[in-house]
Amino acid sequence: MSADFLNTNPRNIDSGVMDRGHENRKHGGVIFALGLLVATLALVAVGTIWPNQQDSGVAEPKAKLIISASSPQDAVNNLLQQIARREWHSAYELLGNKGEFSETEFRSDLTGDYGSLRSYAMLNQFDLQPLHASADQALIRAHLLWSSVVGTFGDSRDLHVVRNGRRWEVNWPIVKQTRVPPQVIPVNYLRWDVIYRGPEDDWGAQDVEAPHVRIVAMHPVDRAGEVILMGELLNEDVVPAFVTVKATLLDSKGAALGTEDAFDRISHVLLPKQVTPFRVDFHNIRMSQVDSIRMQPSSNLVPASADPVIGIESQQLNPLPNASLTGQLVNQSGQVVNVAHVIGTFYDGGGQIVWVADQYPSRALLPGTPVPFQISLPADISSKVKTYRVVTTTYISSRIQ
Amino acid sequence: MKKRTPSLCALPMLLALCLTQLAAAQAEFRFPATVEAGSEFSVATSGSGEASLYIVGPGEALERKVQLGEKISFGAEDLHNAGHYVAILIAGASSRSVQFDVAASSRPGALGFLAKPSRLAVNRENGISGVVYIFDTFGNLELSPRDVSFQLADAIGGAQLRNATSREGVAFVQMNSAPKAGAAHFQAAVDGVHATRVIEQVPGDPCSIRMTARPAAGQRVRLQTDPVRDCGGNPVPDGTIVSFTETYGGRVSTVDVPLKRGVAQTELPAENGAVISAAAGVVLGNEIRWSGR
Repeated sequence: MSADFLNTNPRNIDSGVMDRGHENRKHGGVIFALGLLVATLALVAVGTIWPNQQDSGVAEPKAKLIISASSPQDAVNNLLQQIARREWHSAYELLGNKGEFSETEFRSDLTGDYGSLRSYAMLNQFDLQPLHASADQALIRAHLLWSSVVGTFGDSRDLHVVRNGRRWEVNWPIVKQTRVPPQVIPVNYLRWDVIYRGPEDDWGAQDVEAPHVRIVAMHPVDRAGEVILMGELLNEDVVPAFVTVKATLLDSKGAALGTEDAFDRISHVLLPKQVTPFRVDFHNIRMSQVDSIRMQPSSNLVPASADPVIGIESQQLNPLPNASLTGQLVNQSGQVVNVAHVIGTFYDGGGQIVWVADQYPSRALLPGTPVPFQISLPADISSKVKTYRVVTTTYISSRIQ
Repeated sequence: MKKRTPSLCALPMLLALCLTQLAAAQAEFRFPATVEAGSEFSVATSGSGEASLYIVGPGEALERKVQLGEKISFGAEDLHNAGHYVAILIAGASSRSVQFDVAASSRPGALGFLAKPSRLAVNRENGISGVVYIFDTFGNLELSPRDVSFQLADAIGGAQLRNATSREGVAFVQMNSAPKAGAAHFQAAVDGVHATRVIEQVPGDPCSIRMTARPAAGQRVRLQTDPVRDCGGNPVPDGTIVSFTETYGGRVSTVDVPLKRGVAQTELPAENGAVISAAAGVVLGNEIRWSGR
């Protein structure tokens, strides 16, 4: 709204100017309306000629099943809704290639085995992208978004959909889970047990010393309006340590702006001479507010095991547009790892830490069986990364390590 | 009070009380200025009649019915907390009080021995500190100077000896850790009373790492280090992480392996031309260019 429209004092309005103004605005309105009409018609035409190739859905446990799969999208939608409801039998019955695998194998493909992250995940959302379609078959890429206790993870499947009479059926691209053949794997088991000071000891009796840990690198960055602290912590002792890193940002008067800890962006159990990256995020605090930082690493002596040993093989940096670090985890021990956590530290050419990121592979690590992982990198960071280092943490249902 | 006494004496009914007050006014008792904790002693009183004695000190209070003119005896278990005491003698409405001190017993009974750290690397000069607090048998801190001897005996029979004199009940010493790893017994002794702590002397950082490689089944290469030792020849403890890194064609494979029985071993993909290295902490080992043999 212009200032003239707000000026209601008649003494300030020239009648001739006002008339010309009304005339101009009238013509402008007609032109605008015509332009809008033309644009609308053009968009309708574009939409008709090149229809939208994307379809998406929100997995609703109570969503109604579209019984008549009269199109490939309907068939895939029906299937994914059943999967979201964890109705494995119903989902299996909808498949067109049931003869290629059993219902157990189908379920195992979706939920994983051995109490992995996938076992407790729910299909939260999916996007469908038709890649190809003909009268009798279609190829649809389904992007599945699963929600788990440690966040979401994606899963992409190319689904062949075939016409069977009047119905469309999905041929599920089964990924059969590797089975480890029965065998005996000898392991020299190494663990530490701790006897702490008891209540009957006198006050001068010493307790076991807490492990000595040291922050060997620390780098704060200002990113998207928040402060991110990244660094590395070394266990320089000869015993295992349970470590945490807490950081407090201080302003110029020494007042605390905020205190956070690394939560799960750290490997909490460190064996002797082991190094873990850590990352502490401070939301809603800008670097310009920060005068100093108080770091508080802490360590406790805990019973721990040196196993399992996880090899991180074929690590490779992938360029844009999907900047990431990919590789494979190989469990070199005889114990099944239910959930693995991969943490990557990324350095620039000068050896400065520029990013710390992590990922939880959704499948369990079976002995000797590679499991892929992918740590995504922000586009602006990926160009700076020259070297990297990856560590893993393992969680085993019978014990937390 | 004394000025009002004649008027009270004028009342026949209170004659007996008046006499008692007069006796208490004449009661005297004298404590020694300092008493050793746990010692037997007695205090003479003067006057006549019965009285109550109250003794109030740190952590304890006593009440005694005493006969004025007789000695008040204290046993070994009566006063054992060191500190400042107040004794109050009450006879009727009259009271007297004296103050005295109870000092720690002259014979040490126990040592509070703080040895830090409980675990440290070998060859650390003045790395071990020992602090002794000298207590008597009643747990009182002995403030008088005492000669304290410290001995640090390592696992191979070597020993360091140091002496110190306590001051205000505390003696302090620093010792070096031994060149050989193992449990060391750190002992402090005062007049036959001693306390022992165990100090775990652990190997230092690895001095060097030497790794060998040989083919393994399934297109893998088997890597194994020689026994890893620190610069003093001590075997580095099992569990210490050795990181193996293989670089080939822009791809990297790594594995962190704990030492077991002194060596670290693992398998990585066998790629001709791959460069394989090993490291533990900040110590780098040798590098191998894998050629398939």
